[in-house]
Amino acid sequence: MDTASWIIKALIIVGVFAVTLLIATYSTLAERKIAGFMQDRLGPDRAGPFGVFQPLADAVKMFFKEDFIPAQANKWLFIAGPCLSMLTALMTSAVIPFGDTIRYEEQTIAVQGVELNVGILYVFGIVSLGVYGLMIGGWASNNKFSLLGAVRAASQNISYEIALGLSIIAIIMSAGSLSLRDIVNQQHGFAWNIFYQPVGFIIFVTCAFAECNRTPFDLPECETELVGGYHTEYSSMKLGFYLFSEYINMFISSLVVSTLYLGGFNYPGMDWVYAKLTALAGDTTGHNLATLIGFLALFFKGLFGVFFFMWVRWTVPRFRFDQLMDLGWKALFPLAILNIFFTGAGEMLGYHGFTWIIVGIMTILAATNAVKAPPRKMYPADV
Amino acid sequence: MEFIDRIFSTQSLFWFLSFLTILSALMVVTSKSPVYSVLYLILTFFCLSGHYIILNAQFLAFVNIIVYAGAIMVLFLFVIMFLNMKEDEAETSPTLIRTLATGTAIVLGVTLVLAFSTVKVAAFNPMAFDSQVGMVKNLGSVLFREYLLPFELASVLFLIAMVGAVMLGRREAGDRHF
Repeated sequence: MDTASWIIKALIIVGVFAVTLLIATYSTLAERKIAGFMQDRLGPDRAGPFGVFQPLADAVKMFFKEDFIPAQANKWLFIAGPCLSMLTALMTSAVIPFGDTIRYEEQTIAVQGVELNVGILYVFGIVSLGVYGLMIGGWASNNKFSLLGAVRAASQNISYEIALGLSIIAIIMSAGSLSLRDIVNQQHGFAWNIFYQPVGFIIFVTCAFAECNRTPFDLPECETELVGGYHTEYSSMKLGFYLFSEYINMFISSLVVSTLYLGGFNYPGMDWVYAKLTALAGDTTGHNLATLIGFLALFFKGLFGVFFFMWVRWTVPRFRFDQLMDLGWKALFPLAILNIFFTGAGEMLGYHGFTWIIVGIMTILAATNAVKAPPRKMYPADV
Repeated sequence: MEFIDRIFSTQSLFWFLSFLTILSALMVVTSKSPVYSVLYLILTFFCLSGHYIILNAQFLAFVNIIVYAGAIMVLFLFVIMFLNMKEDEAETSPTLIRTLATGTAIVLGVTLVLAFSTVKVAAFNPMAFDSQVGMVKNLGSVLFREYLLPFELASVLFLIAMVGAVMLGRREAGDRHF
């Protein structure tokens, strides 16, 4: 690689970093705006037109609050907690293929931080490290509520990682590769994995919600039971880091879902667009423009994912902790194993969409259950 | 540019990683707080994964992180955070522990030195080395073609361990609900 391609690669990496941070910043505003919309109110609208400066105001507020460290807390680990949380949240984006390739003076450079032949394992590894930030912060606070919140977070993340990993295995089996770029390239056009792996998609998205500690799985910060959860003792920008890393995780996990199941930077009719653009603007420029459109497609999918996270947050109530564990271990885990079996059978027989059988069976079971179930009674006096 | 190349060369990376590995491994043993020990152990696993990456064994590197740093160490941390270690320290006699530990360390050290002095390392030809040998594709084909039976037996062993763990953790009919 010569200097020019080094510079382009560095620009891509810095760009990915900047975009991630910007999206996370404005997700905080979008969350409150969407909450306002869902609850038929305006949301923040004081700072600037439509409240566009609200994130800045929030940041200033966070920085000027008292940076408090409890007297008996473990000082270094107390500081390390939010830093680790932020670090692991930002590391995942390194392997996500954000677009096809950029052509520059006879060279093609992939729009991706690192092209790793075990990219999906890298994502999984970083996800499994995400829990340390919460655990260390919760323990170092020297507060029972924080510790309980941290332990809840850890058990929840470990439990849902299993189903997450198993749903990824089904994808790996059908793709035959651990590289994220290979997985995306196989979904060229509209051959998205969601049409072949519907069960895996649902399992993955549910587990992504649980891994991000988002409603309905936000038990680690369950206010009614645990005061503030693992970040009870945190204030100022350390609290800001925890909250901010949640929004980064949301965006990154939406991107990972898009990459694995929703085609990544592929979109229907991309070949037609590519042919038109190369005819109009020449080979190099047309190729780069097509890459840009692909990047925007992925970006749009990611933003829709973030919106979906918020949509669910303001629609679905929180689980109870035993319900959460039951869902993870007794529903998603067996379902994921079943999904692997059906995917394997489908790959052997040559049918890609074999897992739709699971969807069919489950729909029939749910329908018969609904028919057979006794009519619901209301118990006004019952608690 | 040459200076940068030298800093990021594989050899200097190897020395840096080795130094960090040994330092963090020593800190695991010498740390007063068990939580610090676990955190240094996690750092050690990271350094080992770095070594795997230098050896071009990416699959092994990330599986090491997922299994050890991501799952097992979380459980270690989990248990240690719940046990309050400070109260237990006074119960055991430090002199006895120290004597035993020193004796074990001497025996282990002598064994290691003897073992290393007698074992002959096979001759290694760097020209014939296949740098792709640690890639997941090659690893998979070796594992599932040449070592299929040991692999399957190991998986059965894991299954037995899992069933055993579930049996131990199961609540009997009359047990207390905590």
